[in-house]
Amino acid sequence: MRILLVEDDPTVAGFVVKGLREAGHVVEHADNGRDGLFMAASEVFDTIILDRMLPGGIDGIRLLETLRSQNNATPVLLLSALAQVDERVAGLKAGGDDYLTKPFAFSELLARVEALTRRGKSEGPQTKLVVGDLEMDLLSRTVRRAAQKIDLQPREFRLLEYLMRHAGQVVTRTMLLEGVWDYHFDPQTNVIDVHVSRLRQKIDKPFSTSLIHTIRNAGYMLRPE
Amino acid sequence: MSVCLFRFGALTTVSWQLKTDPMLRSASLRFAALFGIVFALSAMAFVGFLWFSTAGLLDRQVEAAISADAQGLVERWSEGGIPALLLTIQERMNENVDDDAIYEVTDPLGTTVGGNMGRWPAAVTTPGMFYELMVVRADTRSLAEVRRYDLPGGFRLLVGRDVRGRVELRHLLTNALFSSMLVITGLGAVGAVVIRNLFRRMVAEVSATADAIAGGDLTPRVRRSGRGDEFDRMAESINTMLERIARLMDGVRQVSNAIAHDLRTPITRARARLEDAATHARSEPELRAAVERAVSDLDGVTAVFQALMRIAEIEVGARRSAFADVDLGPLLADLTELYGAVAEENGLTLTLSVPDTLTILGDRDMLQQALANLLDNAIKFSSPGGSIRLEAALFDRHVRISVTDRGPGIPEADRNRATERFFRGEQARNTPGSGLGLALVQAVAALHEGSLLLSDAAPGLRATITLPAMPGPHMKIPSSAPHQMESAAMAHAAHR
Repeated sequence: MRILLVEDDPTVAGFVVKGLREAGHVVEHADNGRDGLFMAASEVFDTIILDRMLPGGIDGIRLLETLRSQNNATPVLLLSALAQVDERVAGLKAGGDDYLTKPFAFSELLARVEALTRRGKSEGPQTKLVVGDLEMDLLSRTVRRAAQKIDLQPREFRLLEYLMRHAGQVVTRTMLLEGVWDYHFDPQTNVIDVHVSRLRQKIDKPFSTSLIHTIRNAGYMLRPE
Repeated sequence: MSVCLFRFGALTTVSWQLKTDPMLRSASLRFAALFGIVFALSAMAFVGFLWFSTAGLLDRQVEAAISADAQGLVERWSEGGIPALLLTIQERMNENVDDDAIYEVTDPLGTTVGGNMGRWPAAVTTPGMFYELMVVRADTRSLAEVRRYDLPGGFRLLVGRDVRGRVELRHLLTNALFSSMLVITGLGAVGAVVIRNLFRRMVAEVSATADAIAGGDLTPRVRRSGRGDEFDRMAESINTMLERIARLMDGVRQVSNAIAHDLRTPITRARARLEDAATHARSEPELRAAVERAVSDLDGVTAVFQALMRIAEIEVGARRSAFADVDLGPLLADLTELYGAVAEENGLTLTLSVPDTLTILGDRDMLQQALANLLDNAIKFSSPGGSIRLEAALFDRHVRISVTDRGPGIPEADRNRATERFFRGEQARNTPGSGLGLALVQAVAALHEGSLLLSDAAPGLRATITLPAMPGPHMKIPSSAPHQMESAAMAHAAHR
């Protein structure tokens, strides 16, 4: 994937560029808003990672608004030290697709960036999700694995749906909390782990192979073995 | 000094002094001077009006009498000629009890033919004009007002009135008004001084308080007179503001102390780990492990930091803009579903009881987080086999949401301090957590103009959030229909 990073702090930028390249992505870097806007508008990227506060007269929000006004729909992940809920809302309102507060774990950034690219690709309504021998019918809301019907609670269904839509990608606990429960805070207890473990009981336990994998220090991944 | 203000020259001197002399550059003096000027001007206007209306009336009355008299005489003359005129004049002089009428008739040669003046006064030249002149009548000098009328055939008629009495009256009037002017001036000066002192006292009170606060002591408050007047209300507003500032300052102090204590520890730990690893680690896995532990220490620091920022954000009250109608039913059901699984995992039961419809005006995200904190706590402090109850109900225009556990509870002595930032009770020492959970709940409750109450559930702890069911008085939302619209507008405003 081709990713543009607009970030003025050299340490953070260096760390993110290195990490993304190690994960197999092609990364371009701009260290101010003007260059960032020029690159974003003149080249094609799969995702843009955009710091909110930038030198050079054009801050992240301005850059994003300009880009969107030119009908550029490249997914944008906003990075910001502004953690207030209102700031988050302002970022998303300006056309951002996701918002991550500094400081962040690289695994969280990578997972969100990859989720964004996937979101961009899968256009059009899907009626069926398939991962290995696991099938989910979104119309009849049924789940089968190896032709065996699995009964799920509504929330478990949505959790599995989220994992299947992001199959092969790391999803973090925060992403699950936001995407499945629509909560925007970090609970102190391991609530997500408990729900994933319950889902595992139904999806993986009766079968010989596991589909839901725990990724250390990051989150979970659903993938065929 | 107010006395001299009545003269314009003195007035400009004073205003010039106000600009230059710092002693006189005082608002109280300006107010007093203003009061004095307004008072003096209105007194002058009043006295002037009085003078002109009385003395002027006398003048006009005399003129009217002369005109009427002359008109009658001219009529007599046109009926019977000079003899009739002289006869009428004689009659009128005889009838004139006050002996103030003055007449004079001369022939074309200027010789007196009738009247009581004796000769034509040289000053009276123009017919139809009123003249004021000195006359000698019955051996006394007196002031008279006269008018000349020309009759056909060269005859001239002079009609007048002795106005000595009127002059005396005017003199009397002027004296009376002048002395009353002096009294008024004196009263005005006294009033100005009273106003100045009143103003000074009030301002001195406020500025003494402000000075003390600027000096670093936040405890003094503006004293109230208890009369409930404007000054009292101002004192009250100032005191309310000071309370709020003191509370915020307290919060800042608490937070900086807390940061000093509670954030220094994990930062020191992370630093020690990294330094130790840098100098002593012998293998890469050892180094890696140390770095990972340091990162997780720093993550803890970040979490504490974020919680602090969130509380600060709530306390500032900025989040009120995001207020909208929140249906507590689904909100609580979702939380119960999220935490129910965790409770079960820990051998606990979590039950929910909430009426079908229970709507409040509030911030959904904040309420979710506050209740999640209470549930987190309840689960953390319960032992297996216990139960947790999440209940919400309407009580007399208030919504009460409570979380009750069967854990060890909080000792009564600690209960008031439990909502302070970073406070951790004895039982909480060894459990994970930042000591910010209840502080955040408290802040969220306060944001909604509600309260958080911790009570003994014997055994266990009951945390009750009480929120107003109706919007607070200053939200100015009259009824349910506009209420919907306004909350929609608010939600819209929040997105801007």
